[in-house]
Amino acid sequence: MRDFVLCLMAHVHDCWHCGAKDAASLFCRYCNTIQAPTPDYYEFFDLPRRLALDPEDLKNRYYTLSRLLHPDRYTRRSEQERRFSLEASSILNDAYRVLRDPIQRAEYVLREEGFPVGDQRNKDVPPELLEEVFELNMALDELRSGDLEVLPQLELFRRNFLDMLARIDEGLEELFRRHDAAEGDERRKILAEIRSTLNRRRYISNLVQEVDRQLAARNA
Amino acid sequence: MSTFQIDFSSATRKRIIGIDLGTTNSLAAFMDLTGPEIIPGPDGSRMVPSIVSLAEDGSFVVGEPARRLLIDRPERTVYSVKRLMGRGIEDVQEELKLFPFRIAEGSEQVIRLQLGDRAFTPPEISAQILKELKRRAEAYLGEEVTQAVITVPAYFNDAQRQATRDAGRIAGLEVLRLVNEPTAASLAYGLDKRKEGIVAVYDLGGGTFDISILRLHEGIFEVLATNGDTHLGGDDIDNRLLSIALEDIASEWGEDLSHNGEAVQTIRQAVIRAKEELSFLPVTVIDIEYRGRRYQRELRRELFENLIRDIVDRTLGPCRQAMRDAGLEPEQIDEVVLVGGSTRIPMVRRAVETLFKAKPHTELNPDEVVALGAAVQAAILSGEVQDKLLLDVTPLSLGIETMGGVVSKLIHRNSTIPASATEVFTTSVDGQRNVLIHVVQGERELAKDCRSLARFDLKDIEPLPAGMARIEVRFLIDANGILHVSARDLRSGKEQSVEVKPSYGLTEEQVEAMIRESYEKAEEDLRERQVREARVEADNILAAVEKARASDAWLELSDEERAAIDAAINELQMVYHAGDHHLIRAAIEKLDNATRKLAENMMNTAVREALKGTKIE
Repeated sequence: MRDFVLCLMAHVHDCWHCGAKDAASLFCRYCNTIQAPTPDYYEFFDLPRRLALDPEDLKNRYYTLSRLLHPDRYTRRSEQERRFSLEASSILNDAYRVLRDPIQRAEYVLREEGFPVGDQRNKDVPPELLEEVFELNMALDELRSGDLEVLPQLELFRRNFLDMLARIDEGLEELFRRHDAAEGDERRKILAEIRSTLNRRRYISNLVQEVDRQLAARNA
Repeated sequence: MSTFQIDFSSATRKRIIGIDLGTTNSLAAFMDLTGPEIIPGPDGSRMVPSIVSLAEDGSFVVGEPARRLLIDRPERTVYSVKRLMGRGIEDVQEELKLFPFRIAEGSEQVIRLQLGDRAFTPPEISAQILKELKRRAEAYLGEEVTQAVITVPAYFNDAQRQATRDAGRIAGLEVLRLVNEPTAASLAYGLDKRKEGIVAVYDLGGGTFDISILRLHEGIFEVLATNGDTHLGGDDIDNRLLSIALEDIASEWGEDLSHNGEAVQTIRQAVIRAKEELSFLPVTVIDIEYRGRRYQRELRRELFENLIRDIVDRTLGPCRQAMRDAGLEPEQIDEVVLVGGSTRIPMVRRAVETLFKAKPHTELNPDEVVALGAAVQAAILSGEVQDKLLLDVTPLSLGIETMGGVVSKLIHRNSTIPASATEVFTTSVDGQRNVLIHVVQGERELAKDCRSLARFDLKDIEPLPAGMARIEVRFLIDANGILHVSARDLRSGKEQSVEVKPSYGLTEEQVEAMIRESYEKAEEDLRERQVREARVEADNILAAVEKARASDAWLELSDEERAAIDAAINELQMVYHAGDHHLIRAAIEKLDNATRKLAENMMNTAVREALKGTKIE
């Protein structure tokens, strides 16, 4: 573990505590004191910026780093060390939350690579879904006006959308692998493709949520 | 890795105690060589009832002695004050119907409770309970105690947590960590011995309900989800029985006692006794004697269960939500732990068993397990325990109010803490100098339906055309579940000043004023002790001089010497009842000087006697 922590060298700077040159990543390699943490999620976990991650490996790294960085371990240290521990633990937890979820992970990489991810409130209907969304809205309207005969139709919509999501997720896995293997312009082309896939995915998953919400309101 | 650093100073370090500051009872515990232990009081009692009474002389009576005063002096005595911690006047209207809280005037911003002719905030009253626990700990451990871990319900929001920490500070305790009660309980159970597994902790206390679901992994206690209700507990059951008894008595005696504080407390204590008996008896009698009249009513467990069914059922919704949030089915829960006195009720145990499809753990006393866990957490913080680590979560989502009163969530509930989020703000008008950010906590879409935490005022923004300023605000929830906000001007890179206006609770200045007052009070206490000690010394010297009057040594004194002694005695007697130990000490000093010759004579007499003895031999 010590080696793993020490090889986090991308974020090197001089140690604030012992002053050693280029001595520090999360901990100074000379005096072992906690340092100002890197804000980069991949660097923090000492991982290359790949989209396909092994969840088990990520979890083990998370637990190991938690043991080293958690504020509970710094209660009786100097104020500076306590501050770095709080800062580092919050980045660690934020990073783990994002990286363990494939969708959030991809969105993070897109942002970091300069691909702004679509706004959550984006209401533009993907063209290939126009007809289906129109019919869905009609059915939802009927449900709201008390027509229960549309329930089977809504259930069908819901299942259809879930199928679409499953297919999208399979496609994403493939895109992730291709991204990790590619370089330069090819890589950026794949990132653009991932972005449009994610936008479409978000749109469909919002539809599912909307159907669930309406059904729940109906049952309540 | 930090554990590689060897620490030589641990032997001289001060002890950190663990405190369960409960709605009904409070306890302190410490880590002994063999494991966590409850700190008993001088009378051997393990719990301090969370009851505080203001005596006529302005001092506080806390715990068991105060319970008696609930009946004798209801207007000066308060219980269940935890229900008011960190809350605003409008969100306690329900409690005010059910509890005899006397809200003082001017409680719009901060609730104040009237005790006799004085008013106190809930943190000040809780501080009295903490002080009592601190005193017990110092007496038992024989050392000063200034650092503590205090437990809070997992579902406590930011304001309630801050109020608890304020109470600690007012009591003279540095609160090193606020730890969630169910998580603390899981530490006490030593469930990590099974190394891997999913544990649900069901905690139904006097006033609050929590459910937490944890994953254990090689000493790491990782909370996956938590849920609860900060206004659900044994108190609700007591109130249900109380209102039924009051109605029954009203029809039997033809007298409505519900506004008679003394009668209500008498009846309340009787129904609590009946409730507790029904945990191990199938039938009991609510037995009340009040002003020479007797009320008796048989209560069968069956009827009792029908009366409280809806209260027990209210705990199940949060349990299901927590399982959904953790992405788990009941079958995946390996162990269930019961915490809180109300889990002694057989119906509660059955409900838990049915829901989780597992027989719950009840080996540890449900009243003590939280305090024991707090002591374990204290030992983790002090470094005594190194193989365990708690990773807890924030129970409520944190968001900011945006256009139209809609909440934009920044940190979602059940995020592991410490957690953070960053948001960039700008101005909407040319030359705008301030931006106001309204931070709320809760799951609802609209800010008005969430809990308002605070308004943060970004001040002294460089005047620029609208939309040009870029202020990056960082929201950070620390390991105590308390929010910190910092801001930076992205154009200049400079720290941006932020003024915090808490929606409820005390400002920093108010807390500091209370701490000061409590120090002044401590000085008063010290003065009183010094006076008492000086009087004891005066008593001793006066008695010695009186005894000496009968001796030969007294006769050997000159008239002037005897007169000087009498004058000094006179002076000491005069200042004896003045409340100034300096005056008493000065008079003692004078008498001591005046009797120097007398003492010498007595010494000589004694030596002579001794020498005489030698000669004879």
